[in-house]
Amino acid sequence: MNWKMSRVVRTVTDIMVVPIIVYGIYLIIHGHLTPGGGFQGGAVIASSTALLIVSYGSFRDYKKDFSSMESLGLTLFILLAIFGILLGATMFHNFGAGTGGLFGGTVPEGINPGYVNTGGTIPMMNIMVGLEVAAALSLILWMMAKASDSMEVEA
Amino acid sequence: MRKVFAMLALLVIFAFLLLAVAELRGEDGGFGEPVHTAMDDYFLQDSQSHNQANNVVTAILFDYRGLDTLGEATVLFSAVSGVLTVLRKVKPVKRGGKE
Amino acid sequence: MNFTILPFVMVVLLITMGLYTVLFKRNLIKMIMGVAIIQNGVNLFLVSLAYRDGYAAPIWTSAPSSDMVLPTPHALTLTSIVIGVATTALMLSFVIMLKRHYGTVDSNETRRCRE
Repeated sequence: MNWKMSRVVRTVTDIMVVPIIVYGIYLIIHGHLTPGGGFQGGAVIASSTALLIVSYGSFRDYKKDFSSMESLGLTLFILLAIFGILLGATMFHNFGAGTGGLFGGTVPEGINPGYVNTGGTIPMMNIMVGLEVAAALSLILWMMAKASDSMEVEA
Repeated sequence: MRKVFAMLALLVIFAFLLLAVAELRGEDGGFGEPVHTAMDDYFLQDSQSHNQANNVVTAILFDYRGLDTLGEATVLFSAVSGVLTVLRKVKPVKRGGKE
Repeated sequence: MNFTILPFVMVVLLITMGLYTVLFKRNLIKMIMGVAIIQNGVNLFLVSLAYRDGYAAPIWTSAPSSDMVLPTPHALTLTSIVIGVATTALMLSFVIMLKRHYGTVDSNETRRCRE
């Protein structure tokens, strides 16, 4: 990857990457209240990687970081799912709902304005899946950009 | 000749799909009147008391049908492994024979 | 005239367009586009199955009414979209490998199995 776009594009990229990542994190942690969730937020975060690749072209080799991030997300997701069995219920049992701990608040029945500290294991699983999807899509984009760069371009 | 056969097969599939879709109307599961809604009504009524979550779609994804989501995450993981395997750096190997 | 069948007819058109692209185009990238069009047709079919006339989205946060559309097809559509992304990425990387090996993306040229 040895191209680089103009200074205008790079400056706008520097400004826009942070709001894109913050919006992705917002989608992930409000996944149990509003439309969104782990997959959508992860895809939004991966789009910031696409922006960086397109505008900067060459940056460091993040393959190992993305790879371990993806494996970490999937492993924590499966552990959280199996934890339901250890508590004497089924797999993917929502053991955190309504207990008062982290994300353990209760919602009033029916239409309500929405409270972030609810949902039990659902927000935790959203975060794990968001980690995994963001890393996976970034890794795919990065590998494709690197592979298509090494080919000869016909003029 | 092959293109003619392919076009004929495409037309047959198109007609079959149209006929299958023409059955979907009215009370029989037409647009706006889905059939078999007991499970979905259960999800809509009880997901707030079971999961304390407002978003019913997310409650289905991560609680009621969590194994589907696990399979989906596994498919994504396998696809990434496949991409990494296909696009890895290959050293040119000298084989016997020509070149 | 009754137009309630129109979304399903659009699904049939999308799937037929995708099949046409897969069958008759020789460029591998265009064939992958055809597969993506078929995926979108299937997603549209699932979402249209969930629709109830005049009902709200299945989210209780500030919902306009407590009558909601079916949530299960929406969840399965999310699953389908992510799997579509994964398979498309895998197919595109296969095309990159074929382009490296054969120097072309024409499906007639990539058919021979020798060096």
